[in-house]
Formats: sequence, C-alpha cells, structure tokens
Amino acid sequence: MSTELPVLKPADYGSDQDVRWCPGCGDYSVLAQMKKALAQMAVPLEKLVFISGIGCSSRFPYYMNTYGIHSIHGRAPAFATGLKSVRPDLDVWVITGDGDSLSIGGNHLIHCIRRNVDINIILFNNRIYGLTKGQYSPTSPIGKVTKSTPRGAVDNPINPLSLAMGCEATFVARSIDVNIKHLGETLCRAAEHRGTSFVEVYQNCNVFNDKAWEYATERSVKSDNLVELEHGKPLIFGKDRDKGIRLNGLEPEIVDLGNGITEDDLLFHNEKAPEPSLAYLLTRMQYPEFPEPIGVFRNVERPRYDAELNSQIESAKEELGTGDLDTMFHAGETWSVS
Amino acid sequence: MSATIDGPDQTSRKVDELARATVRFAGDSGDGMQLVGNQLTNTSALAGNDVATFPDFPAEIRAPRGTRAGVSGFQVQFAAEQIFTPGDDLDALVAMNPAALVTNIGDLRDGGILIVNSDSFEAKDLKLANCDENPLDSSDLEKYRSILVPMTSLTRKSVEELGLSTKIADRCKNFFAMGFVYWLYGRELDPTLRFIDAKFGTMPDVAAANIKALKAGWAYGETTEASISTYRVDRAQLPAGTYRNIMGNQALAWGLVTAAHLSGKEVFFGSYPITPASDILHELSKFKNYGVRTFQAEDEIAAACSTIGAAFGGALAATSSSGPGLALKGEAIGLALILELPMLIINVQRGGPSTGLPTKTEQSDLLQMMYGRNGESPLPILATRSPSDCFDVAIEAWRLSTRFMIPVLILSDGYVANGAEPWMIPNISELPQIEVTHPVAPENGEEFHPYQRDERLSRPWALPGTPGLMHRVGGLEKDDITGNVSYDPDNHEHMVKLRAQKVANIAADVPLQDVSGPESGDLLVLSWGGTYGACTTAVQRCQSAGLSVAHAHLRYMSPFPRNLEQLLGQYEQILIPELNSGQLRTVIRSQFLRDSEGLNKIKGRPFAVTEIENKISEMIG
Repeated sequence: MSTELPVLKPADYGSDQDVRWCPGCGDYSVLAQMKKALAQMAVPLEKLVFISGIGCSSRFPYYMNTYGIHSIHGRAPAFATGLKSVRPDLDVWVITGDGDSLSIGGNHLIHCIRRNVDINIILFNNRIYGLTKGQYSPTSPIGKVTKSTPRGAVDNPINPLSLAMGCEATFVARSIDVNIKHLGETLCRAAEHRGTSFVEVYQNCNVFNDKAWEYATERSVKSDNLVELEHGKPLIFGKDRDKGIRLNGLEPEIVDLGNGITEDDLLFHNEKAPEPSLAYLLTRMQYPEFPEPIGVFRNVERPRYDAELNSQIESAKEELGTGDLDTMFHAGETWSVS
Repeated sequence: MSATIDGPDQTSRKVDELARATVRFAGDSGDGMQLVGNQLTNTSALAGNDVATFPDFPAEIRAPRGTRAGVSGFQVQFAAEQIFTPGDDLDALVAMNPAALVTNIGDLRDGGILIVNSDSFEAKDLKLANCDENPLDSSDLEKYRSILVPMTSLTRKSVEELGLSTKIADRCKNFFAMGFVYWLYGRELDPTLRFIDAKFGTMPDVAAANIKALKAGWAYGETTEASISTYRVDRAQLPAGTYRNIMGNQALAWGLVTAAHLSGKEVFFGSYPITPASDILHELSKFKNYGVRTFQAEDEIAAACSTIGAAFGGALAATSSSGPGLALKGEAIGLALILELPMLIINVQRGGPSTGLPTKTEQSDLLQMMYGRNGESPLPILATRSPSDCFDVAIEAWRLSTRFMIPVLILSDGYVANGAEPWMIPNISELPQIEVTHPVAPENGEEFHPYQRDERLSRPWALPGTPGLMHRVGGLEKDDITGNVSYDPDNHEHMVKLRAQKVANIAADVPLQDVSGPESGDLLVLSWGGTYGACTTAVQRCQSAGLSVAHAHLRYMSPFPRNLEQLLGQYEQILIPELNSGQLRTVIRSQFLRDSEGLNKIKGRPFAVTEIENKISEMIG
C-alpha cells in the first residue's frame, strides 16, 4: 500500500451530478476555478463543506464532491456559523448571490462578517434575480427595467464591499467570472485568510441580465474601467498603464502619469492597513466615475468567533476541570429523604 | 388536613399543624417579591416539605411604580404531603402596596391571613393604584384576618445604625416581610442568611441591612400582638433520595447536558433571547467546562439554522424559543425535517397570538408545532408536565431524535419553565446510555448512500471530515436512498409518505399511555403539558369522592402512544382541559373521530384545581 497521498485533480472535486446552469452562465467559470484552486491547495475532499442558500449560484454544492448543504434562502452564513463553531477543523465555504445574501439574508451576512467566523463567503453578483426569472435585485442600478420594475428601479443599490467594510470585514476582495486567472488567485487568497473572507465575483447572467458587467469584461474597455489592487503597489490603470489614482484630501482622483506626476504621487495600496478608511474609499470607486478596483481590498487579522468560542471552552475546562454531572446536580442546597 | 382557623377574634398564641399552606407575596415589580418567594420556597424544601411555585410578573421590567400594571407576585405552596400545584386559594397574602392588595385579594380564602405594609397606603399610593377609597377601610376585609404592619418605617428603624440612605434602607423591606412570614410558619432563617451572605457578600452594608430587616420581621411577629396562631407544616413523605429544587428551564438545560453526556456528545445551543425561554440559554452558557457551546444568534432564524449546521457537524444541537420565535423558525425546521438530522427544538409557550402575553402561560402552540410548516411536514412532539419532568423529556427527546434521525420538538410553557419543585437527583450511572453511531467509508469501495434506511426508516448520520462519505444534503426533494435531487413525481409522493411513516414508527418505540384510576368508567380526563398538576389533584379529589374518573396525561403528542385510541374507548366521556380553545380536542377528534368535552381557559393563568374538579362534578357528579 502506498503511503503517499493521492494527488487530487480539479475533476476530483466535482460530483457526479449534471450541472444545470444555463449554457453560458458565469457560474460555470467560478465552479471551474474553485475546483482548480482547491486542487492547487490540495485540500482533502472530506475537509470541505460548501453551504449555500437559494438561487442559481446556490446549486453550487450539489456539483462539488465534498460535504455540502443546500440550505434555505439567505441563511447560509448562519448554518456555517453553527457548523464551524462545533467543527473548527473543517474548511467551510458559503456560496451565495446578490439576492440571497444582500436582500433576504442581509442580517446573517453582516453578523457573520462582524463575528469574523473563519469561513469563506463567495458572493456571485449578477445584479438580477435569475432563478425567479428576472426581477431586479439589491445590486441592480437605479432605472433598471425588469419584470418587476417596468418603469425602472427607483431604489438605490447596495454596494456589497462597502457593506462588508462597514461590518469591519477582515478580508474583502473582488474578482470577475471571466478573469479566470485572477479569480483563481483570489479564491486561494480567500482560503488562506483566517477569519471571514468576503469575495464579490462579478458574474454574468446571460439570460436575464446579459452584459451587466460589460464595462469590466469587454476587452476594448476593461483596462480603462478596472484597476487591479496589488499590496504595496500604486494604483495604476489604463490600456497603456498611464493613469493612476491619487488622493486629494479625502477624495480619490484620476490623474495622468507624466507632466510632473510620478508613481510616487499615487495612492499606494496597503491591504494590511489596520485603519479601514482607505480600503473603504476603494470600495466606493465606481464605474463610470472611476475605474473599479479588483483584487484584495483588505486582509487583516482579528479574533475569530469560532476560535474564541472554543478557547473559552478549553480555558473553562482547564480552570474548573472537565464538567462532571454530579457536581452540577449537587451545586447549591440539597437535602436527603431517608 | 387544611388550616385550622379559629376566627378573627382568636387571641391565644398556639402552633397549628397544617398539611399544606399557600402563600403569595405581592408587591411592586421593584419590591423583590420574586426573591422572597424563592427564599421561602428553598427554605421550605430544605425543611422537607414538598413545594410548588407560581411566579407571576409583568412583561415590563419596571412598570410605573405603585400601579396595578406593575404588580409582581410569587406564590408557593409547601406541604407535608405530595402536591402537584402551587395551590388555588391563598392561606396568606402579603401585600406591599394598595395595587398589590386590590389585584390579589380575590385569591385569598375567607379567613385567610392578610399581611399589609400599612406605610404604603398614603393618598399618593392610593392614587397610583387608582383607588378612590382606602381598601384597608373596606368592610370587605372583615372576612380576613388582617395584620397591618408599618413595614417601611420598621425596616428603616431596624437598619438605622448602619447609616444607609433611605432609598437603600427601604429596599430591605421585602426581607422584613419575609422575616414575618418565616415567623408565621416557623421557618428556619439559616438558609436565607447563607443566601444573603453569598449574594451580598461583596456589599457588607447591604448584607447586614438585609439580615437586620429579616430578623426584625421575625421579631415583630414574635413580640407584638399579632393575635394569631403560628403554623407548622411537617416534612412530606417523599421517596428516599437526595433532593434539590429545580425550575423548568433549568431542568431542560440540565437534561440537554446530561443527554449529551449519555450519548458521548457535546451540546451546541443556538438561541435568540425571548421570554420565557431565555433562561435555558443563560443556564447553558454557564457550562462551558462541560463542552457546552452556546451561540446567541442575530435572530430566531439564525438560531435555528446554526443549530442545523451544528447537527450536520455531529453535535447535540438544540435551539429554543417561544411561539413568535417558532413562527420565524418554521422554514428552517422544515429543512431540518427534510434533511433528516437529529436536533431538539424547544418551544416554551406563552400567551399569543403575536407578542401576546409574554410573561403569562398558555398551551396555544400545539397546532403550530403540529401543522405550522409548509408542505407535509409532521414531526415528533414531546410535552413537559412539570419542572422536574423537563429533565427527563430532554433526555427522551434526544434518544428519539438520534434513534430516528429526526428533529424533535419539545413543548414546555411559561408555568412549567418558571415554576420550581423538588427533584430527586438521579444516579448518573443508572441512566441508560444513548447509543449514537456514525458510519465510516465502506471498505469494499461501495458508494455511500446518505438516505439508505434501517428498519425504523432511520438514515446514517455521516459526519463531515469522514473520508469517503462526502455527500450533499438540501431542501430540494431528494431521491430515496441516494439523496440526490429528484423531481420525479412518484419519488416525491413516496418520500412524503416515508417521512410521515418514520414519525409514526416512533409510537412503537415509546411506552404505552398509562392511566391513573379505573381502566374503564364514566370519565377520562385527558391532559398534556403544564396542566398535569391541576388535573392530577382534581382527579384524585374526585376519585376520593367516589366518582368514576380516570386521568391520562400525555407526554407524547406526536405520534400519540399506540394504545391511546383503544384507551379513549374505555370511557363514557372524555374531558380535555387545556389552556387554549381546544387544540388537543381538535387533534383527538380528527385522528380518532372521538368527541370530547373541553374545559378551556385562555387567561394567561394556570388552572385552579377547583375549576377542573367542578367540571368533572358537573359532567358525572
């Protein structure tokens, strides 16, 4: 018998179930990159648990050859919190969408992030309700015409990353379904982080909201509309990498490099900054006023709920000894009847 | 034997033996009535009495001072014989202010002792209580033996030498009242002195003041012309063993920890604060060194969902709430049901609908628990009958939950949850183990089927982390055996029936329903939950009076014990007393086509024994 561990290939992470997303759906890409990333990190299949809510993306766990729960709408972070609390040894991933996590499940999302439970949340943002066939979502822009908003949506959309920053998330990142190399790397970074990793993925719904992210994916314009964040490096973007982001007081501004403006004048990205304001400012940069940042916005350490909970258990056992039922029952006043 | 009362003119000082006494303390919600009630309970239990309590308090933390809405009460019955209820009519009432007097006097029996803090009947107090006239001047009080004690001024005087502020001194008057009642019933001061030491040890002035007030209350009874007998309630003949007092929510919590111990598990408890269930969370959060993980969730839904997550991970997972919270948990419970994972879901019922009467008791969630989920979604339901019974029900529920791989609902209520009674401490080594197994990967490389079933229709509890058993569970209908998603029409019908059959199979695994009284006869009183004590006592009295009446009290509400239908057929008539409009009656009729009479009370208060007794007499007397 070989003592070597079998090498897992990306395909080993897939289940035998037929994938039933629409042809051309951006979800396929995330599934493929997830399998690749896990194989690259050589995570044992049995250590993985994928938990989802309801929606197109939430079918994800059925397609993974791991443990999984396809739960109820919006609640996946709560299931994950319970599981991780009793089983900190497991690698727990939450797969969710913009309707699932930001509308019906908003409450669980914010509390999971503030507790910094050591799980990874991947938000597939397609700015539409797909599974219910095309109503607007909390990330749909104002004016969006859908089945439920024939004269255009009137409510202001939520910015997922700003929300996460508001909950003092310790890991915040963004990637794009078709940017497969970047997506794979981002998933690996999320997996490595200890604490809640929150990743927004721009994902195209080619049936109900096609080209919602065209500005960020179309070859001819994406370089002007995206800025890739790299730790310790200045924010430079543009096809010819000739534009940058500079801070003007508390406001970011776009500047052209040259004419006396050098890289040193630009905003340098520090994902480890304890102070979250600059990372928050980056989440506020939105198309078309600004190029939208992708990559890791923030990556810091903070106590994790599951670890703290379990360390209280351990310290209580150390201080008081492992609990004994007789001690519990006889604490306080007792009397005997003979 | 009941209290010997020689009438208001009785002046000699003698000690009367009583079989039992019922005392209620009533005062402002800031007056510390719950504290003194608990002390009298513990002291009586330590003296060997059987005890039963009924705390009754407003939903507001501090309702406006002196008003009727702010009255908080604590009733205890202590007895030299076995008792099942906190008593109907009061033998003694302590009223700390006019509001407490007028809202409670109706429960004092004729000839009963009324102890009043006469200092709090000034014009302003009367106004706060909405009294046009001083109730102490009313001729209605003549039928009681009233003892007017200027408690506020006597308390101030008793602690004078400590130099405390008037405000702090006045807070001790509940201990003065307690001291007086202790004198009246010949209770030992020692247990309360120990309590004061433990509770106020870090505040020596307060401890000293409370002790002085307590002793002053006792001395007042002894030295003044209180003009009444004192009483003695002897030890009760309880089965031999070591006892302690236990409250319902506490017993549920201890039952969970014990069930975990018996099954080699650790407790995960996901809950959201709600009256009257929160004390389960408080109690469990103390037991970290027993491996108990408590999670105060962001809402009721997260509490239920985190519990399912922990169950998937292999813990003894439980959640608790009251009616409104259970409504929110409904969707998650449906998921737990279709996943077929073991977990316990506790409903400590209160008055409804909506926010209803948060601090008052009711039995109005039976139908919600039976039918309050989407789709066809039956689940086993167990009901607790008394504070100490909560311990046994928690263990039994976990046994069934793991044996059948199914969530089990536990129905308690505010009356059981907050009531206290003596509990014989079990010998842990004599409690039966709960066998729980988890599969490992088949050695022959065969595929693992998460919904493969045994003869009970139970499926394997495969834990994440186990190599070779990776599987997905979810809310979509699943193919039998494989658990894969299935939209097949025949499979769906099969699975709906199979899940119902699994619940039905539990009946073969639980005891037959027992009956107290004749095996057949004129009347069967069928009851469930917290009405146990009142029904038991009422039936016993009617049996003593020669009536042909029996009593069956249900623990298993779903499925019913397998002999229940046959048993119902043995009696001419059936009476179902419930603190609702007839929910069990509805279920009995729909399952067995058997009609019954209801005795229904929806006042947020438990049954008085006499209410049930009168109904029985009316039906067959």
